[in-house]
Amino acid sequence: MLETLAAMLASPLMQRGLLIAALVGISAPVIGTYLVQRRLALLGDGIGHVALTGVAMGWLAGSAAGLTPHDSLAVPGAVVAAVIGAVLIEVMRTKGRTSGDVALALLFYGGIAGGVLLIGLAGGTSANLTGYLFGSIATVTPLDVWLTAGLAAVVLGLGLGLRPALFSLCHDEEFALATGLPVRALNIMVAVMAAFTVSVSMRVVGVLLVSAVMIVPVAVAQLVTRSFAGTMGTAMAVGAGVCVTGLSITYFHPLSPGATIVVLAIACYVLALIARPLLGRARRHGAPHGADRLHDVEDDLQLRGA
Amino acid sequence: MVLGAAPVLRGVDLTVADGEAVALMGGNGSGKSTLIKSLLGIVPIDSGEARLFGADVTGARRAVPWSRIGYVPQRVGVGAGVPATALEVVASGLTGHRRLRPGAGARRACLDALEQVGLADRARESVAIFSGGQQQRVLIARALVRRPRLLLLDEPLSGVDQVSKEAMARILTQLQADGTTLLIVLHELGELAPLLDRAVVLRQGRIVHDGSPPLPAPGHDAPDHEHLHPHGDAPSAVPTAPDLHGKPQ
Repeated sequence: MLETLAAMLASPLMQRGLLIAALVGISAPVIGTYLVQRRLALLGDGIGHVALTGVAMGWLAGSAAGLTPHDSLAVPGAVVAAVIGAVLIEVMRTKGRTSGDVALALLFYGGIAGGVLLIGLAGGTSANLTGYLFGSIATVTPLDVWLTAGLAAVVLGLGLGLRPALFSLCHDEEFALATGLPVRALNIMVAVMAAFTVSVSMRVVGVLLVSAVMIVPVAVAQLVTRSFAGTMGTAMAVGAGVCVTGLSITYFHPLSPGATIVVLAIACYVLALIARPLLGRARRHGAPHGADRLHDVEDDLQLRGA
Repeated sequence: MVLGAAPVLRGVDLTVADGEAVALMGGNGSGKSTLIKSLLGIVPIDSGEARLFGADVTGARRAVPWSRIGYVPQRVGVGAGVPATALEVVASGLTGHRRLRPGAGARRACLDALEQVGLADRARESVAIFSGGQQQRVLIARALVRRPRLLLLDEPLSGVDQVSKEAMARILTQLQADGTTLLIVLHELGELAPLLDRAVVLRQGRIVHDGSPPLPAPGHDAPDHEHLHPHGDAPSAVPTAPDLHGKPQ
């Protein structure tokens, strides 16, 4: 067992894969925590679908420029498309609140369809997109590792460094406005960070499961924590844990890394759900507390005349 | 502060002087909350202007002295989403313009603000398990930690238990005594009647009354009308409770 483990760690491909998996596992839940808090858990999915069009565009540009391999511009293309898509979603969200989910749906379908169309134009088939749909951690290049490390550093630096301001923004946007926080700039920043995270995670779990590494660890953490900082920290640990473990499992068994990672994360959720009562997290549900005896008074909703 | 007109509000001209305590009253949909929100630049104004401490809110937001302003929004479902402790919620009052992170001494300031609203010993608990009144008090602490000169409160008493109502009346009385300007959206004067200088009543987006706090609508003050707050003993009802506010500076 130890020998095979050592063999796994000695393989340069696995080293790169594990490094990327760990970086994604740590950074994705940081953004996921903010997205869950502002009830935009599906934003990552929307961005992921748009990123697929970016992959195809990168591919198209790559073959037009005669680059080999054709997909060497795929990930940069995904980053660009994801950033544009994220900013677009953010603008639509703030300008027209009512059509927010319809706007998201348009991006979902437009992104997938655009990707499939463009890859055809680039001389490929939709089979070429499979690696991006379901992840292709086995094919990561050293360049991918650097790109991932760079983007993860940005996400971690801003996501953790600006946590007080971002917490205020995601907790209560109107209050944040009333404190003079640069709300619009911070909103765009969150969207762009989400786009970075999606582009990076795409290599590990694929577009279809990209949101899972951002959101599921947060769902797990929420079950066992009571503070925002605690939730974020726990989610990072869970994320890194399932990504590294999941990838390691696929070294021994021929399974899809992305699917393995997500199933592991969901298993953690179920475990946490079961273990929660045992963790002694006795909730003090509205327990009378010192001078705080509650006797709720009904409201008088009488309209006052002048 | 001067406010012009927005679509929900028409021809509203309101000025609140330094140190005044003003109630903003009116039925549902009369534009009370919209008035407060347009004053803070949360809701855009179509025509007219809103000024805070003389700075135009609709213009360069940077020019507004945000650190002197405290806002207590209407309490909405705090429950779902990511858990947050009372301390974390209050600390978000310390970020703002040019302050993306709370400075040194933030923890002390937050605990002091929670002490002011009587929740210091629950600082590390998740606000999701708090009662409505306690959550409202956390939101007040979040505004108070800014040490505001102007405090805007949107329906602070609605859906709040009696203990919290009385606590709020004490806090606001103390703040007013210290010279804080108060603009409070209210459904009924209730506990806050003694401290108010003036009441502005809105109806369908227009000011229909601006002057001394109005009398309750008929039937509202009948002897059999169930009220859990004291009636009629106005000035003497000002709580003479111990100094909850602590000394500023």
